[in-house]
Amino acid sequence: MARTRTAPAHRLFATLRYHGFGIGASILFLAPLVWSVLVSFKPSIEARQPPLPPWPVGGFSLQSYDNLAQYGAGIWTYAGNSIAVSLATVVASVLVSLLAGYGFSRFQFPLKNVLFVLIISTVMIPFQSILTPLFLILTKLGLQNTLTGIVLVYVTLQLPFSTFMMRNAFDAVPKEIEDAARVDGASVFAVLTRIMLPLVLPGVATVAIFAFLASWNEFLAALILLTDQKKYTLPVLMAAVRSGQFGTIDWGAVQSGVTLMMAPCLALFLLLQRYYIRGLTAGAVK
Amino acid sequence: MNSGVMTDQQQQLTDGRPRRRRTARQRRKQLVGLLFVAPALALVLLFFVIPLGMAFWMSLHNWPLLGKPRFIGLGNYARLLDDAQFWASMRFTVYYTLIVTVAIFSIAFPLALFVEKTRSLTKLYRTAFFLPVVVGFGSASLLWAWLLDVDSGLFSPAAERLGLMDQRVNLLAGFDTTFWSIIIMVVWKTAGFNMIILLTGLQGISTEVQEAARIDGASPWQRFRRITLPLMRRTIALALILSVAGSMLAFDQFYIIADGGPQNSTVTAVYWIFSQSFGSFRLGYGAALSMVLLVILVFISVVQLRLLRNPEGM
Repeated sequence: MARTRTAPAHRLFATLRYHGFGIGASILFLAPLVWSVLVSFKPSIEARQPPLPPWPVGGFSLQSYDNLAQYGAGIWTYAGNSIAVSLATVVASVLVSLLAGYGFSRFQFPLKNVLFVLIISTVMIPFQSILTPLFLILTKLGLQNTLTGIVLVYVTLQLPFSTFMMRNAFDAVPKEIEDAARVDGASVFAVLTRIMLPLVLPGVATVAIFAFLASWNEFLAALILLTDQKKYTLPVLMAAVRSGQFGTIDWGAVQSGVTLMMAPCLALFLLLQRYYIRGLTAGAVK
Repeated sequence: MNSGVMTDQQQQLTDGRPRRRRTARQRRKQLVGLLFVAPALALVLLFFVIPLGMAFWMSLHNWPLLGKPRFIGLGNYARLLDDAQFWASMRFTVYYTLIVTVAIFSIAFPLALFVEKTRSLTKLYRTAFFLPVVVGFGSASLLWAWLLDVDSGLFSPAAERLGLMDQRVNLLAGFDTTFWSIIIMVVWKTAGFNMIILLTGLQGISTEVQEAARIDGASPWQRFRRITLPLMRRTIALALILSVAGSMLAFDQFYIIADGGPQNSTVTAVYWIFSQSFGSFRLGYGAALSMVLLVILVFISVVQLRLLRNPEGM
């Protein structure tokens, strides 16, 4: 009798403890993000005060966003730079790694394994140590201080991951499928675009998400390689605002910039979580 | 059906062909394969292999931004032995790496254990813990720079208002408070990442082994020590090395939040290379510093490969 009464009570207590911890920890992890977003909607004067409480007391306001828009050449220039760089990095990364993944998965050629290891092993070398030569090479090519130049660097930095990902994706497709198509007279290129591409789309999604997040958030290379203020991407601009290069720090405007930078990352992750986690664990399981 | 017929025909055709034609076709196929990987190779050559060679070459020169580079052999390397700030930066970077890695693991491991078994809401918790990971280090640093601000921020004014402190303390004024604030920020930002890596390891352990131990009367702690930890060696090694390599290259948070201060006490190795190369424009010297950092990181990667390849690691 006593047993049947304590068992459910015990289970209820365990459940409460489980969700108590879960909710408490979730609040700790989410609070800074929420705090920043809420403060970005405070009126300017209120945003200068400590954010207690975090929500706008004096009414919802877009003043911080207006202030943010005033910096330098205007926020849309910088947001435009960031968007252009990220989208170009995504497209180029997908294209280059799609071709390379197919080549490494399906063809035999001299030095194949050496070349594959060469591409993959660049992940061991920190790009931070080759930034000076990169700066000089881009200058030689006339690409220093251009968005094209930084896109090429970002695509290269993504290559070990994206090539590895795409080769695995192609390896997972049975050879018989393309053999049948090839025999039906389709060209190599048609086989790749019409038959293989739909089958490796999950891999493409993973490569695209990682390329977007990496290029959208990258700071150090952009700080060094983009010297003209008009070419700044959002992280470089916001770091300049924070260091006081545009006068007294307007923390409301900084948090509206942070919100602007976080929003696409969070949205993309929440929408395509499956492909993101797949990419994350691909390295861990291998 | 159709393709089956074609295969037979093709088989006949290829069998009937002279040998030379066949090797020519093979060679063409090889060429096609090379063409497919050519763009990737070109990028790696131009933006990785050549810069790497250049970095070494530059490290042997006195290389100003403008003007002619002068060959000085190992001069830069000799100089860095006497560079007090370089050694202070290296010491600080190693110290930071040790502390932050321990801190990340002590949060990420319990989180991984917590979200391992899927119950109601577990997926939601996982997502909540992971969200800071997808936010960039730049954004996260800007966010925390504000939270840590003495006038407009959260921590110091909140502590004052709650009566924990008599007056507001500028957390970024002293080394210890700056350092630990950044540690907390990095743990917040990266614990979710390590949680997911550790989770894959946890899920790889068969439930039967755990169940058998439980029936044999092993306590949860014993099961963790004797079964979970040994079976996760590979995953733990991977997460550890990712964390160590990432922390050795830390820059964004120290540059954005602390500006290397107070009094250059939080200048990391990458930060010092950055300021020598692009602040003082000593490109050759910066390259020599880079080579030292590179050797350290490659060493870490080699250790990683050893640990992960070792079959006993399973």
